[in-house]
Amino acid sequence: MAEADAQSFWSRYLFSTDHKIIGLQYLFTGMFMGLVGAFLAYVFRMQLAFPGAHVPLYGVVTPLQYNALVTNHGAIMIFWVAMPILIAGLGNYLIPLMLGCDDMVFPRLNRLSYQIFFLSAVLILVSLFVPGGGFGGAWTAYPPLSASAQYNHTPWGAPLWLIAVALEFVAFLLGGINFITTVMNARAPGMGPLQIPIFVWMVVIASVVFMASVGPLVAGAIMLLFDQLLGTHFYDPKAGGDPLLWQHLFWFFGHPEVYVVLLPALGIVAEVITVFARKKLFAYKTILYTSFATGIISFFVWAHHQFVAGIDPRMAHLFTITTLIISIPIAEMTFAFIATLYGGSIELRTPMLWALAFIAEFLIGGVTGIFLGANATDIYLHDSYFVVAHFHYTFFPIAVIAGFAAITFWFPKMFGRHMNETLGKIHFWGTIIPFNFVFIPLFVLGAAGEHRRIYSYEHFSQLFTPGLQNLRVLATVALVVMLLFQFVFLYNFVRSWIAGEKAEPNPWRANTLEWAAPSPPPHGNFAEMPTVYRGPYEYSVPGRPLDYWPQHLPS
Amino acid sequence: MLSWLVPQASTSARDIDWLFALILLTVGFWFVVAQAVLFTFIFRFRRRPGVSAAYVTGERKEEKRWISRPHALVIVCDVVLITGAILTWKAVKQDLPPADERVRIIAQQWAWVFVHPGPDGKLDTDDDVRTVNDLHVKVDTTYHFELTSRDVVHSFSVPAFRLKQDAVPGRMVTGWFRPTRLGTYDVQCAEICGIGHALMPARLTVETAAEHTAWYQSRSAQGG
Repeated sequence: MAEADAQSFWSRYLFSTDHKIIGLQYLFTGMFMGLVGAFLAYVFRMQLAFPGAHVPLYGVVTPLQYNALVTNHGAIMIFWVAMPILIAGLGNYLIPLMLGCDDMVFPRLNRLSYQIFFLSAVLILVSLFVPGGGFGGAWTAYPPLSASAQYNHTPWGAPLWLIAVALEFVAFLLGGINFITTVMNARAPGMGPLQIPIFVWMVVIASVVFMASVGPLVAGAIMLLFDQLLGTHFYDPKAGGDPLLWQHLFWFFGHPEVYVVLLPALGIVAEVITVFARKKLFAYKTILYTSFATGIISFFVWAHHQFVAGIDPRMAHLFTITTLIISIPIAEMTFAFIATLYGGSIELRTPMLWALAFIAEFLIGGVTGIFLGANATDIYLHDSYFVVAHFHYTFFPIAVIAGFAAITFWFPKMFGRHMNETLGKIHFWGTIIPFNFVFIPLFVLGAAGEHRRIYSYEHFSQLFTPGLQNLRVLATVALVVMLLFQFVFLYNFVRSWIAGEKAEPNPWRANTLEWAAPSPPPHGNFAEMPTVYRGPYEYSVPGRPLDYWPQHLPS
Repeated sequence: MLSWLVPQASTSARDIDWLFALILLTVGFWFVVAQAVLFTFIFRFRRRPGVSAAYVTGERKEEKRWISRPHALVIVCDVVLITGAILTWKAVKQDLPPADERVRIIAQQWAWVFVHPGPDGKLDTDDDVRTVNDLHVKVDTTYHFELTSRDVVHSFSVPAFRLKQDAVPGRMVTGWFRPTRLGTYDVQCAEICGIGHALMPARLTVETAAEHTAWYQSRSAQGG
């Protein structure tokens, strides 16, 4: 530790191998990219509400720019916001602390993974400003559109975009190796598999799922890059290639990816609700097994994205069955979370509000997924705004709601100070209420037959009615309101960091090991390495004077 | 219920709307129950001074029933929904009923080319009628369509028919529809296809047999 303290500013904060610094770097990069992604959403929603108008802070949107805006909004929010915040950021920060060890087992690999990730973030931002503009073939990048500048008119944007995505995958592969190895090898003495906090388990399962699914896509991305730059024809039917090959490779990764970010989000919610309900997590083992089941089933659902793609219709039956089966473990987990609240002593602090909102909003995302997993209704709803609304009701809770639950919950640990509770609640309501006014209209628009990625509906007589246009304006206004409230959060974050009320090591009276370290934890984490005596959720145990029982305290 | 928002103009639309309603009722039930229980717990178990939380592990058999019983009901619902989905899919997508007429649909950046069979009812004969962004079909007639693309992936979508099919370059996909209601409906491209993606609207006109014949005659009078 003395050696660490002697480091210069650069080696301590920019080139540190400390998992906490790297975690915070991922977190801050993710938050910054979140602002970029949100700005892109603001621009294209303004275009949809007021077609052809001058968008403040941007200008007039052209069709080519519109395609680039929606493409990069999707890619940035999933790969540069959800992944770095939920997995790399919080995973890095929390896993060694929750396991009771001093760092990841491969600290330099960890450093490298962030550097590659940072490079990928720079590249995706650069790709928006090159000649021809950013890539506009949707985040799914279906060839032949994505494979040839002749079709997509972005000779620089498309390859740069693809290289950025591939580098991002490499970064998370390295991170995943580190997570899995650390959890296998560096747990505190006494911590058996069933004493591991559920968040750590979720990151491990998510990392395994990511690593097992991303390989085919990296191979596919390299083939696509060859098609773009070297004139190969892997996906070009005119020379014997097949565009559907890419779709299979993409969705074989793309659907498990949903669970890669969902599982850590569920882990965050589990940690927060147990603390603020003072309850043991209901059916820990069941939650664990259903997470494994979810991870496995997620590999068998990808072709539900291709019900209308020209594949053999008989295949759709199998993928409808597997897709609807995945509702079973997820429903069971949701029931267990709700049951955890039963008999609790619930305190509605800001992190708890976010965690409860996660359950309430994610339910909407979950049940609307059935419409898309069922093959016949998907014929109608595929690529409509119903899909957009559905996945925002899953991804917004995952990346944003769980993200805020985590940041507000672990802020005292990260920075040794409390966030302001009043500002936190203003931010919460200012986000949750407008959020529903953004996306419920999109369900209606989708059910009315509005398809996505179309920059103006003026040419569609059945869609450009005053009633539907009013819904577009409503969604846009609500989005602007929601974005404005994010400045409350940023203000609260910065102000609390500098001048917030000082926090003790364990302000929430929680059990898991990170709360046994000082706030903020120094390089090396624990003054004395902890030993684990019990599971992480022993709250309100009968016969004990205190309603919590930290894992490291002897009986 | 979808028909409140969008016209129901084909036999498939009727079938798919039925499945949509079935799913809506089933998941609507779960949604209401789950939210009601969640909010009831949040309000009922708010912190009160002097009252501590219960110690419930969820590992004992009688406690597990709280989640295993609703879980069993979820499985029953899944079986019902999967059955409904499979039957509907077979009817609207997998089984091709015998065709009365055929049309060819060719997608390209950024227009739809439609080849109508002409008065003889056969494609690839001299009286074929080619149009751009303007498809004419007869009501209560079963059509087979042949869908292809000349460049990138497009998707032929007619919301009023609940019909959507990707046009994949290098493949010809066959599908069918049977219009049941007169009128003019929007055709959209549902798969992003480049700069002009928003500029690929086409019109689909469902007309009576007499109107359809008259349309063919007006086309040939124009030399079309």
